[in-house]
Amino acid sequence: MTTYREALRAGLRDALEHDERTFLMGEDVGRYGGCFAVSLGLLEEFGPDRVRDTPLSESAFVGAGIGAALGGMRPIVEIMTVNFSLLALDQILNNAATLLHMSGGQLNVPLVIRMTTGAGRQLAAQHSHSLEGWYAHIPGLRIVAPATMEDARGMLWTAVQDPDPVLLFEHGTLYNVSGELAPDAGAVDIDHAVIRRPGTDVTLIAYGGTLRTALDAAGELADSGVDAEVLDLRTLRPLDEPAILDSIARTHRLVVVDEGWRSGSLSAEIAARVAEKALYELDAPIERVCTAEVPIPYAQQLEHAALPQQADVVAAARRAVG
Amino acid sequence: MSRRQAAQNARAKHRTELLRQMIRIRRFEERCVELYSAARIRGFMHLYIGEEAVAAGILQAVGAGDAVVSTYREHGHALARGLPMDAVLAEMYGRTTGCSRGRGGSMHLFDASRRFYGGNAIVGGGLPVAVGLALADAMRGRPQVTVCLFGDGAVAEGEFHECLNLAALWRLPVLFCCENNLYAMGTRLDRAQAEVDLAVRAASYGMQARAVDGMDVLAVAEAADQAVEKIRTEPRPQFLELRTYRFRAHSMYDPDRYRDKSEIERWKEADPIPRLKHRMTEDGELTGRRAAAIEADVDREINAAIEAAEAGPLEPVEDLTRFVYSERP
Repeated sequence: MTTYREALRAGLRDALEHDERTFLMGEDVGRYGGCFAVSLGLLEEFGPDRVRDTPLSESAFVGAGIGAALGGMRPIVEIMTVNFSLLALDQILNNAATLLHMSGGQLNVPLVIRMTTGAGRQLAAQHSHSLEGWYAHIPGLRIVAPATMEDARGMLWTAVQDPDPVLLFEHGTLYNVSGELAPDAGAVDIDHAVIRRPGTDVTLIAYGGTLRTALDAAGELADSGVDAEVLDLRTLRPLDEPAILDSIARTHRLVVVDEGWRSGSLSAEIAARVAEKALYELDAPIERVCTAEVPIPYAQQLEHAALPQQADVVAAARRAVG
Repeated sequence: MSRRQAAQNARAKHRTELLRQMIRIRRFEERCVELYSAARIRGFMHLYIGEEAVAAGILQAVGAGDAVVSTYREHGHALARGLPMDAVLAEMYGRTTGCSRGRGGSMHLFDASRRFYGGNAIVGGGLPVAVGLALADAMRGRPQVTVCLFGDGAVAEGEFHECLNLAALWRLPVLFCCENNLYAMGTRLDRAQAEVDLAVRAASYGMQARAVDGMDVLAVAEAADQAVEKIRTEPRPQFLELRTYRFRAHSMYDPDRYRDKSEIERWKEADPIPRLKHRMTEDGELTGRRAAAIEADVDREINAAIEAAEAGPLEPVEDLTRFVYSERP
């Protein structure tokens, strides 16, 4: 058994061992061992040059990652949470995502940015949001969200090899989750969605932190005779549209589970694409289970009420199957 | 030839090159105004007229392996860095032959082969990139310097403080060059900054910092040479504040209502081009004939660039979404 955190660390170790151009930088990634202990022990293993503690200067160290990537390195930048990444949004959008196009194809930015996303730990409104949908809006970025041990272990290496910026979102509730990981687990693709549970009656689309919710809901639905398919998006940009449409063509019903806010969200994008390309495949209106449109509150019952829960997904699926 | 005479000749040659570069930038910008008025160039355009001594003096101090990060007022930086004038002008025409294939325009000139990293139109946005370029050089053990040019407006941005600190903390080979032209668009320095001595502020981050007369190309070149030399021998950032002035408005859209005409006229008395000419003439390094020959050469170069830009092909619309992601085999 291994934890999601350990799987991520194994991926980091792999990258640092196998490509001397890689280095990890961010707040407290070294001596502290990482805010969520993902990089614990890597400073001792690889030294302060390659596991680099930074000041609390998100814009500077994310931009430095961009510059180092232009200079031939393969930086991996850690930002503590997606809320903090807003301090570096200028660098991510106006430089990382834009330089290749704006320079007429001359300057690609092979940079990986890892950050924690999501709620569920009573960390309140400035440490809990799910803003990956915002980043998925931006051309030039690739957005991935590992939800399983295999993906936590294997997405990083593929991301490091990518010639363009990749943002990797780790849901905060997953770090302590444990599961089986094959000893020879390694790189995985970051292009395709994967069916985590095949089914015939309704498609539940989820990613990252909501995959477990969707799978649990599917289990509950199975008890009452509803056979739900669970599709893990894995990559939020570019969306694996064929995988989504294939699943709809089989089940004819769709529930999108997204921890982002509903308005202008990734779930909205998926719903729109299905409406554009597979409207006549649908036997029921598209259902969305999203976070309530409030800043995430601290109190446990309020936070719980704000987030997509298994019961919400089950209820939405039942409405869809009628 | 005596040693003394050889040194004199070298000095004359160096000064002639600085003069030629400044005239090249000045005349180029003047023609850009005409081309803008004729709607051959569109978008935002920020002219460098008055500030030529900075580009010419700073960029002569670095070599082909060094990196340069610039701003949106970068025509002069690009030309002094050695980007072909054809490619710079074609970019402003939006042609495929432009140095950014028509996707950047006046504010986003790039040339990877000359390590010219643009062309950043977010004030302060280039500083983190410069720090990263220097970090890559430092980590790979390459003896290179990154020149980071920005204006006085950038000093008000958080990136200025984050980046000076980070570069000093990590002892990175960055030459921070603040082109202080006294105005952040229309806001005069003392209306935006509590401490207007910018070198003092840079020094507070633990790096050597000095202010230089940015209207004197010889002073700029000397300061830049010394700073680059220092960085190469002992990798640590250095800061130069180049005190300069733009003779034209902020951009082609700017009615220039925020400063007195008399102030502009006063600064024009310090115009770096006549100033160097006068010095060289006094030192017997420049004749009227030689000056006229430089002007004629520059004129020919600009005419050829205009001709090439006019004839340059447009990027096909089918290629609109090329270069959003790298092309893969």
